[in-house]
Amino acid sequence: MKLLDVPQRLGEITLGIMRALGHNAAFFTELVKNVPAAVRRFFLVTAQIHAIGNYSLVIIVASGMAVGFVLGLQGYYTLSRYGAAESLGLLVALSLVRELGPVVTALLYAGRAGTSLTAEIGLMKAGEQLAAMEMMAIDPKQRVLAPRFVGGIIAMPLLAAMFSAVGIFGGYIVGVVLIGIDAGQFWSQMQNGVDVFDDVGNGIVKSLVFGVACTFVALYQGYEAQATPEGVAQATTRTVVISSLAILMLDFVLTALMFSSL
Amino acid sequence: MGKKGIETLVGTFVLLGALAIVFLALKAANLASFTTSSTYSVQARFDNIGGLKVRAPVKSAGVTVGRVASIALDTKSYQGLVTLELQQRFTFPKDTSAKILTAGLLGDQYIGLEPGGDDKNLAAGDTIKMTQSAVVLENLIGQFLYNKAAESGDAKK
Repeated sequence: MKLLDVPQRLGEITLGIMRALGHNAAFFTELVKNVPAAVRRFFLVTAQIHAIGNYSLVIIVASGMAVGFVLGLQGYYTLSRYGAAESLGLLVALSLVRELGPVVTALLYAGRAGTSLTAEIGLMKAGEQLAAMEMMAIDPKQRVLAPRFVGGIIAMPLLAAMFSAVGIFGGYIVGVVLIGIDAGQFWSQMQNGVDVFDDVGNGIVKSLVFGVACTFVALYQGYEAQATPEGVAQATTRTVVISSLAILMLDFVLTALMFSSL
Repeated sequence: MGKKGIETLVGTFVLLGALAIVFLALKAANLASFTTSSTYSVQARFDNIGGLKVRAPVKSAGVTVGRVASIALDTKSYQGLVTLELQQRFTFPKDTSAKILTAGLLGDQYIGLEPGGDDKNLAAGDTIKMTQSAVVLENLIGQFLYNKAAESGDAKK
């Protein structure tokens, strides 16, 4: 009997994974199907951009500035060993625009906005507001979930761009104002090495993908949360864990697709 | 907060985001110096292109006058066939020579053009006849060792 348990467990796990994948995919297609309806009632989306984007501004700007400072200091330390301190602008700009901007913004977004989306929808479900909407023949996916989905996708690239811009400014403050690298060199090296489409454009594409992934995870976890206080707490935790892992994995895949010359 | 207030705040947010993208494109990247001016392409064959890459700059007297458009292998002569895109406003004599140079000791490789004295200018589709390949460090060291060995052999005689 024990020997037969192994294939049975294996089958159970495999079926569980397939079921979860299918469930996710079905949820995703339904969300996407509801996007046009949400865009038509744009005031709902506006309110969500306000909740997701505007309230995340402070943390994004502060973190971007801090990351720019640190990049400036650490980059200068390494580059000055090789007598290439003037390349600091290039180092700061490339690392921000290609990697740190989209990734750190997405991680902060998952913590700041993703959790609140999950908790909000989870509590709506626990308070049976979603069920009440259905009773009134209002599709909660269309009315509640889709505007948040669209809002998140719009807000994320904007936040990432602000993060990168503020970070470059932070690098400028440390590199040029504090350490005393020539300002002309700082900017011209940057402009020579950063390409609008290959670097800035790909960074924006990355943050768009992260925006879709993070918002989807947050909404899914909220909508599928168990309608109890513990259930909502667990769902919120899962949002952060799954979003963060998804961001880092997706980042690797996207980087390999975009920047490898193979 | 009323609907108007939220809309104003969101508008400000979107505006800030757009400003950040414009800043990244113009100040951090090279959109401002992005030339839309028309170009003409000429070709050059090199025995060895070294580490030359597509989009590497083509310079004359240190001034960037174009970019490397494509790199291929000419299967007839087994040479590297490099297509250069030069800006229309720069014209070069027909006997201009092309060299693959390195910026600094460890820098990227670029193509340097040295103008000759011909009356006629290079036109689109022309081939630069005189080329100098990239310096390959291994060959250089090999040559150096060979010469050293030859010298010491001479001294023994």
